[in-house]
Amino acid sequence: MSQKKRTSSQKSQAPSNRLSQVARNEAVDSDEEDVSLTEPSTSQVQQSLARLTVAQVDRKMAEVLQFILIKDQKKMPIKRADIVKHVLKEYKTIYSEILKRVDRTLGQVFGMKLVEIDTKNHTYVLINKLEPVELNITDMHTGSSKTGLLFVILAVIFMKGGIVKESIIWNMLKKLKVKCGEKHDDFGDVKKLITEEFVRQRYLEYARVPHTDPIEYEFRWGLRAEKELSKMKLLELVSELQEQDPRSWTTQWKEAEQAESSSRGSSQ
Amino acid sequence: MPKDLTESHRRFLQEMMKCGIMDVSKCNSLYKKCCEIHKANYVPDKLDDFVNEINTPLQPMFMHIRCGMSEEDGQQYYALVNLADTEITRMATDYSDNELELFRKAMDFILDSDNGLASSTDILNLADTVQTKKMKKKDAEQVLQRLVQNKWLCEKNGEYSLSTRCIIEMEPYIRNVYQDSVCNICHNVAVQSQMCENPLCGIRMHFPCVARVFRGQPEPHCPACKDFWPHEIPELNISQSQLPAPSQPGPSNEKASRYGRPRR
Repeated sequence: MSQKKRTSSQKSQAPSNRLSQVARNEAVDSDEEDVSLTEPSTSQVQQSLARLTVAQVDRKMAEVLQFILIKDQKKMPIKRADIVKHVLKEYKTIYSEILKRVDRTLGQVFGMKLVEIDTKNHTYVLINKLEPVELNITDMHTGSSKTGLLFVILAVIFMKGGIVKESIIWNMLKKLKVKCGEKHDDFGDVKKLITEEFVRQRYLEYARVPHTDPIEYEFRWGLRAEKELSKMKLLELVSELQEQDPRSWTTQWKEAEQAESSSRGSSQ
Repeated sequence: MPKDLTESHRRFLQEMMKCGIMDVSKCNSLYKKCCEIHKANYVPDKLDDFVNEINTPLQPMFMHIRCGMSEEDGQQYYALVNLADTEITRMATDYSDNELELFRKAMDFILDSDNGLASSTDILNLADTVQTKKMKKKDAEQVLQRLVQNKWLCEKNGEYSLSTRCIIEMEPYIRNVYQDSVCNICHNVAVQSQMCENPLCGIRMHFPCVARVFRGQPEPHCPACKDFWPHEIPELNISQSQLPAPSQPGPSNEKASRYGRPRR
């Protein structure tokens, strides 16, 4: 019936002239801003930029952004090494330039921010700049129940001073009818979820307690939780549930205040 | 000068990203809610404009929120699609190379068929022809399950068809490669359709479009060649009866076809 003219994986065509013009103006602006002295040197970066066409740079930027967004869907931290290996490839000299633009677009268009959670291995996570809100229209995605569970665990850890033995978490969850070793309707293998998936996503840290026999483990907040959640809001929520003044938890209140001021300082 | 995005736009986009595809009434509710939360001016019936405002900065990222019709129920949906055809597409991280190859083969098989369907046996047989890396039938079954879960394929009674999300995303590809498969009524790509039996005519119409165009007609005739229309006329969906008259394609369909021109 129809001619089966298989156009095999063709590379997409370069952006239109209008887009190139806009991008050219943008490229000029950002070169002038670039005074950071990270390796490679500014002049090397500029040389590389000059050799590449604007369209090529724009293209790479779009690819890096897509890569980051896709990795973030699974809440997996993004390694700089992966970005260079899978996306940038020969464009790696302009890595910092591209990342700067990507971060700008992430903020302006998506309301998100790239935050480095591991400066040694250059690992990033995407933080939502918009506050979490009840949007019942779209809760068809199953993420919401897992988020609730995570939130409860994080709250317990925070209220108990930042470190909690694994057994305490399971006792608490048992009261919510979530049992270790039993398959849960919404969460499935809960142990795997909280000791593996949440840990991989950097929401929780799960570490051995030294010198314990049999081996015991403890939970802490992960780096992503530190960056994404407001301790103050969490404390206020707990206080509401307990019908107490949040300040009655003096240690937690101090910690929450500290977290607020440091996050205010670091956000642009 | 393109309008700067506000928080309500960003919130909407984030929700779109989480869902992948959303029907128009949900989109409207979401649009309203986003405006309310972020104290933006909500103008009813301006969802299209709102979406276009988001699409402008999305274009350099090779992303687009595109409107399309479900071949199942005739409803309009908005889907976030990828305009670039590189390895870094949304599917590529979820699926390995040979899984993607199987999907492409299944999609082509469905598009080549007369009825826009493929049986599970058909697709499992295709698994044998995958070249990137050998695939066992058992693995192919798993891939099929995931494809349905992630809303790329639909399954009904053991038969697989392309999902609305898939059709909206692949619309340029389908239009380019299968140039005959266009609905005579709404001018969108038609994967599952009824076809005029007249060999000199052969026009196609989506099932919901057939329902609309032959509404209340006891003796339906082909709108092009006037031959008797021999196929069973499907039931009209309640929400469809509120759609505009069949003769004009809706405004959102025109937008969809603007991006449907074959790529160079």
